[in-house]
Amino acid sequence: MHRLLIDQPGAKRLLLGNEAIARGAVEAGVAVAATYPGTPSSEIALNLFQISRETDRYFEYSTNEKVALEVTAAAANAGLRSLCLMKHVGLNVAADALMTLAYVGTRGGLVILTADDPAMFSSQNEQDNRYYAKLAGLPMLEPSSVAEALAMVPAAFDLSEKLHAPVLLRTTTRVNHSTAVVELGPIRTPVTAGYFKKDPFSFVTVPAVSRQLHVRLLERLEEAGRLAEASPFNFEAGDGRLGVVCNGVSYGYVHDALEDLQAGGRVRLLRLGFTHPLPEERIRRFLAACDKVLVVEEGEPFMEEAIRAIAQAAALTLPIRGKGAGLFSRLYEYDPAMVRRVMAAYFALPQRPAPALDLSDVPALPQRPPTLCAGCSHRATFYAVKKATEGLDVIHPSDIGCYTLGFLPPLSMGDFVICMGASIGSACGFSRASRQKVVAFIGDSTFFHSGMPGLVNAVFNNHNLTLVILDNRTTAMTGHQPNPGVDMAELQLEGFNRVDIEGVVKALGVAHVSVIRPYNVKKSIAALREAIAFPGVSVVISREKCTLYARGLRQLHGRAFTVTDKCRNHRECVDALACPAFYLEGDRVRIDADICVGCALCAQVCPEHAIQPLRQE
Amino acid sequence: MHTTRLIIVAVGGQGNLLTSRVLGEAALLAGVPVRMSEIHGMAQRGGVVESAIVFGDALSTVISDGEADVLVGFEPVETLRALKKCHAGTTVITNLAPLPPFTVALGKGSYPAVERIQDLVAAKTARLIAFDATQLARQAGNRMALNMVLLGALLRTGRVPVPQAAVEETIRSSTKSAFVETNLKAFALGYAHVSA
Ligand code: SF4
Repeated sequence: MHRLLIDQPGAKRLLLGNEAIARGAVEAGVAVAATYPGTPSSEIALNLFQISRETDRYFEYSTNEKVALEVTAAAANAGLRSLCLMKHVGLNVAADALMTLAYVGTRGGLVILTADDPAMFSSQNEQDNRYYAKLAGLPMLEPSSVAEALAMVPAAFDLSEKLHAPVLLRTTTRVNHSTAVVELGPIRTPVTAGYFKKDPFSFVTVPAVSRQLHVRLLERLEEAGRLAEASPFNFEAGDGRLGVVCNGVSYGYVHDALEDLQAGGRVRLLRLGFTHPLPEERIRRFLAACDKVLVVEEGEPFMEEAIRAIAQAAALTLPIRGKGAGLFSRLYEYDPAMVRRVMAAYFALPQRPAPALDLSDVPALPQRPPTLCAGCSHRATFYAVKKATEGLDVIHPSDIGCYTLGFLPPLSMGDFVICMGASIGSACGFSRASRQKVVAFIGDSTFFHSGMPGLVNAVFNNHNLTLVILDNRTTAMTGHQPNPGVDMAELQLEGFNRVDIEGVVKALGVAHVSVIRPYNVKKSIAALREAIAFPGVSVVISREKCTLYARGLRQLHGRAFTVTDKCRNHRECVDALACPAFYLEGDRVRIDADICVGCALCAQVCPEHAIQPLRQE
Repeated sequence: MHTTRLIIVAVGGQGNLLTSRVLGEAALLAGVPVRMSEIHGMAQRGGVVESAIVFGDALSTVISDGEADVLVGFEPVETLRALKKCHAGTTVITNLAPLPPFTVALGKGSYPAVERIQDLVAAKTARLIAFDATQLARQAGNRMALNMVLLGALLRTGRVPVPQAAVEETIRSSTKSAFVETNLKAFALGYAHVSA
């Protein structure tokens, strides 16, 4: 049995935040869950996927977040408790569905989890998705800890069913990727067979209907505001005339700072966990009891501005600060010492910080940036594209995945990256605006996610570009989740179909389509040259399984290579490929046999043919 | 309960997440309050993996610069890079077997002498325990048991409030059964390598 299915209320377990959320879904009796994977939310889905294989709870990896939201919105409106999971930028993709779904509401419970990533540990931006709650008019909960993340999932479902509204559950990386001890609760048996009762005048959003639905949405929001006033997720602690309002992980930092500063008796705390709509009355009372207030929230001044507006309406004139010079930043994530420092300064509390170590004599250390794995097929494709475009002025729009890392030298394959699927749309724009050649990159999963409309656009408007689809047969970046091109039988998973990229591309009307095997360098370069010379839209599908994925499937059989005495130290291999299996011994190039997977790319690059398979002893 | 803050740094693939997992489970077993956080988004792409483990009543799962009481480094340069997390009273345990990043082979940056790394760390912190833990892991039967060697050394310092028996119990119950003997051996070798 899956460890998150254990039915032992009261038992204590050490869980990752994302495991706790998955457990929360189990306890809440979630019947349907859908996602498109994205860090920091991915492990929730991984657990729910496993759980779905051994129970009658349904889980799917949808092609993108918008589809995932539509799937769960329908399931919830057929009466089933449904959970939709995504990283913060995923909600941008789902936003079209979200905005009108907020009007329509739900009959069964629907919770939408958005995992924000302050400091951008693995994201392209650090947008603050709390504004989506405001924009769409939806209730929102925000946990401060792993244990609370678990508790908030069933609570969010109760709230959703009470209000007939989807509820946003907004986490940040430090909740998703923290681990702590949680107490398990009882498991509610999921209702897994739903029925959709038709009611077109509530569900078909033609203007006449939507005008009514908007009225209902505002009524629901008002009711949500009343629930926020009484919610146990909004609580106060301490007393004194100095006030702190905080949310999310900042609560832990504030709590610890109050201990360290021994300021518990002087500082009154309001922790908000039900953060949209805000409990205005409660905040007004809190402000009235304070002389001065500090708002501690990572990201944008979401609460700060709202609290100022509440004070203004109540004619309260106390200072309320949060973001600003000498205070908190809108950038990155916070940490305990930073919060302590700002609190001490703002409230003029004494603190004795330990002197920092003098590190001025520590030499500059070699960087250790993340890089494509040894034997990664993308490295081989990038090298071939580089060779095929030598002497040309080429723009390389790229996309979101492991291959984004190809933008780093020496490969330098990636000139413009903004969001999922944008490689193709931006390639269209570049090819019109400039006489430079355009060779764009997109991964298989991203192609299905949002690349296809861009390619249709390219064909229809007859743009001049080459698209290289890096088909490594998995969603590698986020931990090798399936996508529609994956062979599920290989994973011993039944009941799936497979969508063939080559067939799709041809059906979309691309006139020049070729498939390369990137470890065959010469042939790949020739096929790429031909595609790039083709006037109009050409697609090259570079097909080779992700090395890490292949290893997991026990399909890696290559022998490690070694640099023989024939090496004349040109370093063409290291300098062109930057494979992490290379290291220097004195000034000689060596290959770490523990890391090399035997892809033979470097052996084809070496002009002396000095790199050869290691003889087995 | 007094708060103890521990940072573990490693290179992706060195198996440090198991070290924190075992410590956390052992703390739960022994009734010691524990919280941790990890940054592992790019771990599989050869980047640096950092875990923060906080024992005691604090609620934060993040450890600020200058506030780690103990630092365990799986790789010498990464230990030195994490020195900003330490204060003058920090105990540092480091593996001495280098894993030079590929940037060195590319000629971007040079790898400092391991003796220099030791001198710098020793001069700035209260105690440095430095040894070739990879070698001891091999001796235990598997170089991947590096995480257990360093865990043993950490336990021996007495700087984390988790009993040895709870850790050994956790290694038995929650590491892969095929590796339990090797892991216990590696743990014992690390433990024996340090003087109390
Ligand atoms: S996980 Fe796969 S796709 Fe990603 S860098 Fe490694 S080999 Fe390449």
